[in-house]
Amino acid sequence: MTLVRVPPVLRTEAGGVREVEAEGATVREVMEDLSRRLPALGSRVYRAGELQPFVNVYVDGEDVRTRDGLDTPVTSASTVILLPAMAGGSSASPAGRRFRAAEPPSAATCRP
Amino acid sequence: MTTYRELLQRTKGEISEVDAGEAAGLEGAVWIDIREADEWQEGHLPGAVHVPRGHLESRIEAVVPNKDTEVVLYCAAANRSAFAAKTLGELGYTSAHSLAGGFTDWKRNGREIVMPRTLSPERRTRYSRHLLIPEIGEAGQLKLLDSRVLLIGAGGLGSPASLYLAAAGIGRIGIIDADIVDETNLQRQVAHSLETLGTPKVDSAKRSIEALNPDVDVVTYRERLTSENIERILADGWDLIVDGADNFPTRYLVNDASVWHDIPVVHGSIYRFEGQVTVFSPHQGPCYRCLFPEPPPAELAPSCAEGGVLGVLPGIVGSLQTNEAIKLAAGIGEPLVGRLLLFDALATEFSEVRIERNPNCPVCGEHPTITEYVDYVEFCAR
Repeated sequence: MTLVRVPPVLRTEAGGVREVEAEGATVREVMEDLSRRLPALGSRVYRAGELQPFVNVYVDGEDVRTRDGLDTPVTSASTVILLPAMAGGSSASPAGRRFRAAEPPSAATCRP
Repeated sequence: MTTYRELLQRTKGEISEVDAGEAAGLEGAVWIDIREADEWQEGHLPGAVHVPRGHLESRIEAVVPNKDTEVVLYCAAANRSAFAAKTLGELGYTSAHSLAGGFTDWKRNGREIVMPRTLSPERRTRYSRHLLIPEIGEAGQLKLLDSRVLLIGAGGLGSPASLYLAAAGIGRIGIIDADIVDETNLQRQVAHSLETLGTPKVDSAKRSIEALNPDVDVVTYRERLTSENIERILADGWDLIVDGADNFPTRYLVNDASVWHDIPVVHGSIYRFEGQVTVFSPHQGPCYRCLFPEPPPAELAPSCAEGGVLGVLPGIVGSLQTNEAIKLAAGIGEPLVGRLLLFDALATEFSEVRIERNPNCPVCGEHPTITEYVDYVEFCAR
């Protein structure tokens, strides 16, 4: 079994836990297994046989995009990290409200 | 019994003495000024390293590790440097030379000299704990005082960053933020206080910085960073950006501008108990688009306002960013380039993943397809 680190934004889909286990000899197999065990989490990161483009997957600290992608080998000793970008920083409290106002579009928030 | 004169004459006969012209022709030579500190303060040769005679034996190997390097030693009149050259020979240096006529002749012949910049006694006291660190010292502190750092956001990450950058003596700090200080900020945004509630964050942060260190010139931009104003703001001249933005369009906007302007970005982001830190060094390491080619959908990108954040987390992550910024400004250490540091406050665990340049990156890749500002809201809303 390989340890899969779940990012905070996807913990709800993983039942609130920080790490889950999945089985497989490659990233693809781990993703398939993850999708069976935790479909809600699986579908967020892996859909139609592809990794979602906004989620980075690291095996033992290496981005699988720089290795063999879904064919990157995984062992039971490996740690797989799922990592989407996080925006938070300045965290201006009225972010949602502020950006909903009609403003020049160049740097408002992603969200409506 | 040997007199000083005799010893000097004998030593001069044993060492290599070169004149200014010969010394200039020595390839890869390291020039060492062995005079006392007060003599150095009154001017020295350009590019020379100051190693007082009394510390020569103990420090030379750190300054000139390769003993086959050409070394030109000088003092005021080529007497102390003759003894110094002999000493270096005894230490195994094969090409140590004494500069004939020393600094006095050099200056008399109208050659270029440099007046060293030094810290005032007040600054010497304020930054004494930096001056004691060999990696920083006076030269490093002067670099910090000459540095200009732009902060994106005066919130969670920007607060510790602004305070520690100011305390470190970063000479100019720019702060961009359009927000007003409110009560919910005070759980983590330590640059603000009850006294500045209701005032613009940039003014509040400026007040905190100035109360801490009057050496710092604070430039405030009470506006939201957009494609329309970023060129104007960058034209004010910034060596380094500390990004503590709270939304993806700004992150991508800052990235693109930093690549085009060749300005390193110290990136930090936080959510609940976890943080990410890295340094994007344009054309030397990956950029934000290499790391995250596209932002996650809205439901996977809650802000701290929506998802919450442990108050101390931005303190930790913002301080890590400041550590990187100070290293970059002083030119020391190993910057966090090509590495993404992940911090989990609940587990108290740091981990690191490698990030690489993407040769197909639309901004910093081999054949860029994005060469001017795009509609960042639209890009992030796709």
